[in-house]
Amino acid sequence: MNWLKQLFARRRLYRELSEEIQSHLDEKVEELVADGMPREEAMQSARREFGNVGLIEENSREVWTWPSVEEFFFDVRYGLRGMRRNPVFTTVALLTVAIGIAANAAVFTVVNSVLLKPLNYPKAEELVSLHQIAPGAEGLADFESGLLLSPSMYFTYAEHNQTFQSLGVWIPGTANVTGLAEPEQVRTVAVSDGVLQTLGVPPAVGRWFSQVDQVPNAPGSVMLSYGYWRRRFGGDRAVIGRNIMVDSQPREIVGVMPPGFRFVDSEFDLTAPLAFDRGKLILAGFGFHGIARLKPGRTIAEANADISRMLPIWMDSWSNGPGSNPHIYETWKITPTIRPLKQEVIGNVGELLWVVMGTIGVVMLIACANVTNLLMVRVEARQQELAVRTALGAGWARIVTGLLIESVMLGLIGGVLGVGLAYAGVRFLVAIGPSNLPRLNEIAIDARTLEFTFILSLLSGLLFGLIPALKYAQPGTGSALQSAGRTISVSRERHGARNLLVVGQVAMALVLLICAGLMIRTFAALRKVDPGFAEPQHLQVMRISIPDLLITEPERVTRTQNAILDKLAATQGVKSAGFASDMPMEGFDSDWDEIFAKDKVYSGDLIAPLRLYKNISPGFLRTAGTRLVAGREMTWSEVYALRPVVMVSENLAREMWGTPSAAIGKYLREYSNMPWHEVIGVIQDVREKGLQEKAPEIVYWPPLVQNRFAPAVRTTTFVIRSERAATESFMNEVRAAVWSVNSNLPLASVRTMEEVYDKSIARISFTLVMLGIAGAMALALGIIGIYCVMSYTVSQRKREIGIRLALGAQSGNVLQMVLKQGAKLTLVGVAIGIGAAFGLTRLMTHLLFGVAAHDPLTFVAVAALLLLIALLACYIPARRAALVNPMVALRCE
Amino acid sequence: MKKTVKRDLFPGALEMMILRMLKRQPTHGYALVQQIKRTSQDLLVIEEGSLYPALQRLLKEEFVKAEWDISPANRRVRIYKLTAAGAKHLEHEVSTFERMLEGITRVLAPEGS
Repeated sequence: MNWLKQLFARRRLYRELSEEIQSHLDEKVEELVADGMPREEAMQSARREFGNVGLIEENSREVWTWPSVEEFFFDVRYGLRGMRRNPVFTTVALLTVAIGIAANAAVFTVVNSVLLKPLNYPKAEELVSLHQIAPGAEGLADFESGLLLSPSMYFTYAEHNQTFQSLGVWIPGTANVTGLAEPEQVRTVAVSDGVLQTLGVPPAVGRWFSQVDQVPNAPGSVMLSYGYWRRRFGGDRAVIGRNIMVDSQPREIVGVMPPGFRFVDSEFDLTAPLAFDRGKLILAGFGFHGIARLKPGRTIAEANADISRMLPIWMDSWSNGPGSNPHIYETWKITPTIRPLKQEVIGNVGELLWVVMGTIGVVMLIACANVTNLLMVRVEARQQELAVRTALGAGWARIVTGLLIESVMLGLIGGVLGVGLAYAGVRFLVAIGPSNLPRLNEIAIDARTLEFTFILSLLSGLLFGLIPALKYAQPGTGSALQSAGRTISVSRERHGARNLLVVGQVAMALVLLICAGLMIRTFAALRKVDPGFAEPQHLQVMRISIPDLLITEPERVTRTQNAILDKLAATQGVKSAGFASDMPMEGFDSDWDEIFAKDKVYSGDLIAPLRLYKNISPGFLRTAGTRLVAGREMTWSEVYALRPVVMVSENLAREMWGTPSAAIGKYLREYSNMPWHEVIGVIQDVREKGLQEKAPEIVYWPPLVQNRFAPAVRTTTFVIRSERAATESFMNEVRAAVWSVNSNLPLASVRTMEEVYDKSIARISFTLVMLGIAGAMALALGIIGIYCVMSYTVSQRKREIGIRLALGAQSGNVLQMVLKQGAKLTLVGVAIGIGAAFGLTRLMTHLLFGVAAHDPLTFVAVAALLLLIALLACYIPARRAALVNPMVALRCE
Repeated sequence: MKKTVKRDLFPGALEMMILRMLKRQPTHGYALVQQIKRTSQDLLVIEEGSLYPALQRLLKEEFVKAEWDISPANRRVRIYKLTAAGAKHLEHEVSTFERMLEGITRVLAPEGS
């Protein structure tokens, strides 16, 4: 603690030192006077022999100080004083830095939370998704989720693997909870044994499922999510052991998962055991997501090899029923493509976020260029001061350090302000971000974000401080002292740096604007795509599910749905109503099956291509506004009579039979025992998976089919066309209508088709908004940059312009001269920007739709726009130059 | 800026001499200069002021202590006194210096001697 004592004792030390030196001098003088020297002369002599008192005192004091630290604090104080003295400069510079840093910090928060942070599970790096593909199975290639696992695969993998600590399968779904308050449809996740063990998150209350819960036909058990527990049971710990009715079956609550827990990317309210009946399993049934935890040290490649090894075991251990060939799946070429669970969660959003991060980084560079310009102007104004300091002995390094400390301080203060703004920015981003953005609820500013912001502030401070510092702290400032106060015309070299900055700013702004332009074109192209339904704002949709235990008999399910439709159609303001197994773009897992045509030959073991299939009610097409291309719709009497009729999409009709009309009267079926169904109608192509995706080939079955697996469709989206859609009063009447048929049926996912539509293009609109904001910021900053530089140049050249005018130049010439200079800078920037954009826009190809990455129209239009605005920005200073009064300009020196 | 202290001596020489003087008897700054001048018989020219940074360094290292007192000439002065650490340091410095001097002398000695 010696140094601490020193710090406090220092003042006294310095005082004593002065006193001591004074006493020394006095003693010397006394002695010399005593020797007969006149007092005046003695005093001079004493001082001469002593040396420079001030310097010696300083040197003596220095013994007690840490010179570098103290110099640093001096520079900081000096810098702060400078900032206070120039409030306009400081405000503009700080705001620029703060907004730039806030935008970067906010976007980084999202990038960090979504892409960089590990998942919220213990040892998350060991978790993998059991992804596999089947390139040999036609139709499956469309699957984004690859080939899901069948229950028999799960048992094989779980029992024979050598690379996993644990593994399990799970499937998201919905269920109706009744008997609590109003009937409610909740989000569920059904899990096999091993899923909770793999994720490794202990329950907040109660226990996990055990193997006992996975026994088929055991009394049902269920676990709650934390949110559902708080919402429905007020967080009461006594719920453990209570029964609730899930899909009309009593289930005992055994546990509650902690807050924030999710199954991979699925939010849920309830989770229940899958309880597979091992004895009844077949090879097929590829509907389950697989997750696993690797044994420590095992790699994904080893795990892939392990799964490949187990596939033959799987085919040997199970069958698809008597007479079927289990090795038929060899033609599917099933290949494990295990990937880290994190990649599964993040999906393809990474590219989008990095594009946004990149653009916002460019905005920061432009902001830095602006601040550099401001600092250069300011340092120039301080030339004299700096020259004086140099003349007084301040070293070059000392002045550079001083200037850098000032700019870094600017950066850091801007950073602190920026973090404040970033909190608001993050909230904004989360609000406008695509609602299907993974890990949305994990987005928060954390230590890593603050670290990033700090480093960014520091680096920007250094970046925009470096050029002015190096440029103006050069030795040989004698001329600065001489010319001080005279506005000589500034040397070409000095303009060089400033011009370079402007060119850079224009180039960067152009790149961002071109990206934004391409997104606008993409958006416009998407809006023109016919989604396969009409006037979505007047389409009310909602999900209704009728569980087995509530209504067992298939025909009664359909009759109930029919009754609901009749009630809905009778509601005031309803034009028509219908239902389908799901609406396009709703994002529910689609159903696929092999479809055989009667007039096609399928050789032996070959499996027919998989087709997406749906069930639709009579009246659905008219309600949704989906066009019938050929043939006719089915009727209710055909449905109840189980008439074997079917409809197909236009692209399927063309693929199988050439034209839509040729399809009418042809026959289809799913499997050999099913009766042939006659194609009676062809329906327009529908953008099932979103506007950007190709419309898939679809088979439309009636709601009630002679099908041994699923005779009636139980979970459906009801569609109501009405001008009153989405209004409160309308929804109340709709609910009353549904419940007048069966009061145990909850309504879920209640929304208009417009919301579904908007959600499906949320990714594009988010990118558009972000690039739009970045582009606008870049444009504004770039224009301010040009304006400042041109204004400054004009003010510096006032004298020269004055002379020109005095010598007979016309004010028009001067205007032209200044404009030409601005145009030259802008053109160079635009040229460089176009070159850079050519290379960079290729990186965003995946985000584009209906427009090429090198779309000439966008490039030309944006360049022209930028040039025009830049010229406008130059016009103001140019006009000021033209109005210079030669007499005033020359006299004011 | 530190270089402005003009010294014909090698670094540490002044400190060594101060310690040597103080070993003889505690004294104050002005008297120290005079003593060094006198003892060296004016062979060494010392800028009087340069004494003070050296004294501060010694104080910081705690090789000397300082106390305000009244001088024989009835003047308020700061009397410097050698500490135990200072005495030890002096011994070490002197022996190092003597060895160095011996080395230099040998190198500079006329040939053949």
